[in-house]
Amino acid sequence: MSLETIRNFSIIAHIDHGKSTLADRILQLTRTVAERDMREQVLDSMELERERGITIKAQAVRVLFPAADGRTYELNLIDTPGHVDFTYEVSRSLAACEGALLVVDAAQGIEAQTLANAYLAIENELEIVPVVNKIDLPSADADGVALEVADLVGGNAEDVLRISAKTGAGVGEVLQAIVDRVPPPQGEAAAPGRALIFDSSYDQYRGVVAFVRVVDGSFEPRQRVRAMAQGTTFEVEELGVFSPGMRATPELGAGDVGYVITGLKDVSQLRVGDTLTQARGGAAAPLPGYQDVKPMVFAGLFPTDSDQYPELRDALEKLKLNDAALSYEPETSRALGFGFRCGFLGLLHMDIVRERLEREHDLDLLVTAPNVAYRVRAVDGEWIEVHNPAQMPDAGSIEETEEPYVRASIICPSDHVGAVMELNQERRGTFGHMEYLSPERVQLIYDLPLAEIVLDYYDQLKSRTRGYASFDYELLGFRPGQVVKVDVLLAGERVDSLSLITHRDNAYRQGKALVEALRERIPRQMFEVAIQAAIGSRVIARETVKAKRKDVLAKCYGGDISRKRKLLEKQKKGKRRMKQVGNIEVPQEAFLAVLEINREGAA
Amino acid sequence: MSVRHLYVHVPFCAHRCSYCDFVTVTGHEELHGAYVGAVLAELALHGPLTPETVYVGGGTPSLLHAESLERLLTGLPACADVTIECNPETVTPELARLLRRHGVTRVSLGAQSFQRHLLETLERRARPETVAAAVEILRGEGHENLNLDLMFGVPGQSHADLRADIEGLLAHAPEHVSWYELEAKPGTRFAVHHGAELARQADALEDHYETVVAALREAGYRWYETANFCRPGHESRHNLGYWLGHDYLGVGVGAVSTLGLVRRRNRPRLRPYLDACAAGRPAPADVEELTAPERGLERLMLGLRLDQPLHLNGLAALVDDAACDRLAAAGLVLRDGETMTLTDRGRFLANDVLASVLR
Repeated sequence: MSLETIRNFSIIAHIDHGKSTLADRILQLTRTVAERDMREQVLDSMELERERGITIKAQAVRVLFPAADGRTYELNLIDTPGHVDFTYEVSRSLAACEGALLVVDAAQGIEAQTLANAYLAIENELEIVPVVNKIDLPSADADGVALEVADLVGGNAEDVLRISAKTGAGVGEVLQAIVDRVPPPQGEAAAPGRALIFDSSYDQYRGVVAFVRVVDGSFEPRQRVRAMAQGTTFEVEELGVFSPGMRATPELGAGDVGYVITGLKDVSQLRVGDTLTQARGGAAAPLPGYQDVKPMVFAGLFPTDSDQYPELRDALEKLKLNDAALSYEPETSRALGFGFRCGFLGLLHMDIVRERLEREHDLDLLVTAPNVAYRVRAVDGEWIEVHNPAQMPDAGSIEETEEPYVRASIICPSDHVGAVMELNQERRGTFGHMEYLSPERVQLIYDLPLAEIVLDYYDQLKSRTRGYASFDYELLGFRPGQVVKVDVLLAGERVDSLSLITHRDNAYRQGKALVEALRERIPRQMFEVAIQAAIGSRVIARETVKAKRKDVLAKCYGGDISRKRKLLEKQKKGKRRMKQVGNIEVPQEAFLAVLEINREGAA
Repeated sequence: MSVRHLYVHVPFCAHRCSYCDFVTVTGHEELHGAYVGAVLAELALHGPLTPETVYVGGGTPSLLHAESLERLLTGLPACADVTIECNPETVTPELARLLRRHGVTRVSLGAQSFQRHLLETLERRARPETVAAAVEILRGEGHENLNLDLMFGVPGQSHADLRADIEGLLAHAPEHVSWYELEAKPGTRFAVHHGAELARQADALEDHYETVVAALREAGYRWYETANFCRPGHESRHNLGYWLGHDYLGVGVGAVSTLGLVRRRNRPRLRPYLDACAAGRPAPADVEELTAPERGLERLMLGLRLDQPLHLNGLAALVDDAACDRLAAAGLVLRDGETMTLTDRGRFLANDVLASVLR
């Protein structure tokens, strides 16, 4: 097939604006999926994706569309993951396309995430086909939203398509618009092969499957191929296209979107954004834009039942096969036992990993409060990266500290601007600029420490704008910030799993909130329990759990010895579930205090 | 079979107090005679006994008709230490004489409180003056070994109420005092009615317990068991049997026996009990087979209720030495080679201490 009749596009939309429904409709209209196989959200194959209505991994599908000019076009739809945590993956998916459908809900208007992805598409020089969806809704304001969208992409409101993916109205016109407006792929068919990896997955029988867009040249089975950034080489076992299942073809040529079966055993050997080329006589330079994605949010994962540790390790290994961005290393906590310190792209990524571990691997997990990566320079001059309060050097030996910052974009109704500014102020944000998208809707740009948003920023934003604000961010890198470690001492003993790293300005408030929460969770015992929060050796907050004075079975005679023995055995069992810290018994749930406190304390 | 301790249960009560969880029967006076017959029949199945102590408890044994009570006491094996429980309002000179005549050496009176409003809360029939009268009658008829049962933690009990109860008690100078914290067992009528109030006064109760112990000690009583006090030499020898882990035989509806590793619990329903005994069959019962470690654990649990050192012969394996050392350092436990005792503070916290030192 000539490049002239190929169109590669993706769909940009906010969650719930109808991306999956539109994709379903396109598959139906082009008879790519037989009517009897049609189910909702064909492309979202993971259980979790369908349930949450979001796309975690990108997918691709090829449809054939008989256009108005009588020719049949090959349209490759590359589905993009739809969340801030996966911005890089989205950008790589977009880089594999020449055009994008920008789908906006006719009742909701543009959201921050749509905007961010639209800008990504514009940066990647994609032709944008704006679409207003859900025009069938009673609350739809198709004209108003069309104006907003036209304003954003720099076109006329008349060029904005108005459709209902639900009823199918206007979907045919969308496909025709792709043919008409999106340019065909350009590529040097005769040049050495270059293919952009925009996603990969692991198949237990076939190894790593790379999802690629061929930019130059072509690839064939049996060819020896090299991933240019990472240097991984392998032999192509099979390649082909998605229609929508994998269908083997004898070659993938310039402009094609398809898959390559690599036989590799680990997705981390084949990173998204890398360029495939022939191992011998390959291209001289890779395609631009590759980044080594590094986790920025860290949390400890511990099995509730310590016997499940080996299962947790196996499950993480399996997930890692499919998720190059996930990192983990063993961690031991005196309170929580054996577990793993895991690194995630962001909070959603963390949530998804946790849910998949619990659901697909049937594990019961305890997740510690997430923290971001910090950079710390000790007096001796060495910079180290700290992912865990335990790695934090002594307060006395720290020279300077840095924390990661993001540039946040918030879109909200104009009457909520004050509330949003106040929130950003509280979160140590620096105002960037403000722009009216329409008289009613405002975009605010702030630089914020990532630590301030990993906990409950989004919840707060939603609650302070009655759900109307949307939010997106991109990572800016590390900036100076005075961070300290707050330790908790129970009866004078430091308890590792209760430590937290926080900005100096928040330390007092969080330390106080933490000891208060602990006081409520630690039952009275035989001894007085002093609960202290301290920075280094300086105590910043203290609470006391008074010793109990009486715990005794009032009477015990021949008739109720069995019952009293059972009560005693029960009490003994209860103690087993407690963690012994010196003389103090700490219930498991007390260790969760640090989780909640971060939420409250940051507010 | 040599049974050292015999317990006889008499379930009849004039009124079932809502906090009570013993096996009791209200009304059915017509069954008093049949019940005594049944108890004696059950006892006969065990052959001739020569117990060191006999304890007739209830229920309200003193509620039995005089002839039934007489028949019961006559039918029990001869013993030099016989206790019977009485409610103050049932005590008459006739009863006191009857008890003396039939070898009762110790009378335990369920006084509970000397405060009218607390007695009402507890649904007791006696009034403060009834208790005083009962003590006077018993003393007058030559009963020299009296126990009074009292309670703290009654809903609405103030510190002043407690002080008044302590004074009231000491005025009667009993040889023995059992002073329990009221246990509102979940699900009882009492717990439902007074649960909220009890939860409110939980903190004050810590204070009450300490106050009771201090006041009675000051008055010359020995705090010889968690909830029991005595003048020197007047321990309840029957109850000591339980706390020292001796075997005991219980007869009557709901009564429990522990003989070696077998614990038998007579079923609580009166009719089937009467029918079985009348037919010369063993009382319907549930049998619990104890393991040696369970019995050992009970031995620790009960033995550490006493102020006398517990010998750990054969029990050492059940004790976590490290925890024991920790608690000893904290002043809760005294460990002296093969014996173990709880300190005063340890006794107030006995449940927690036990749960900690058990392996």
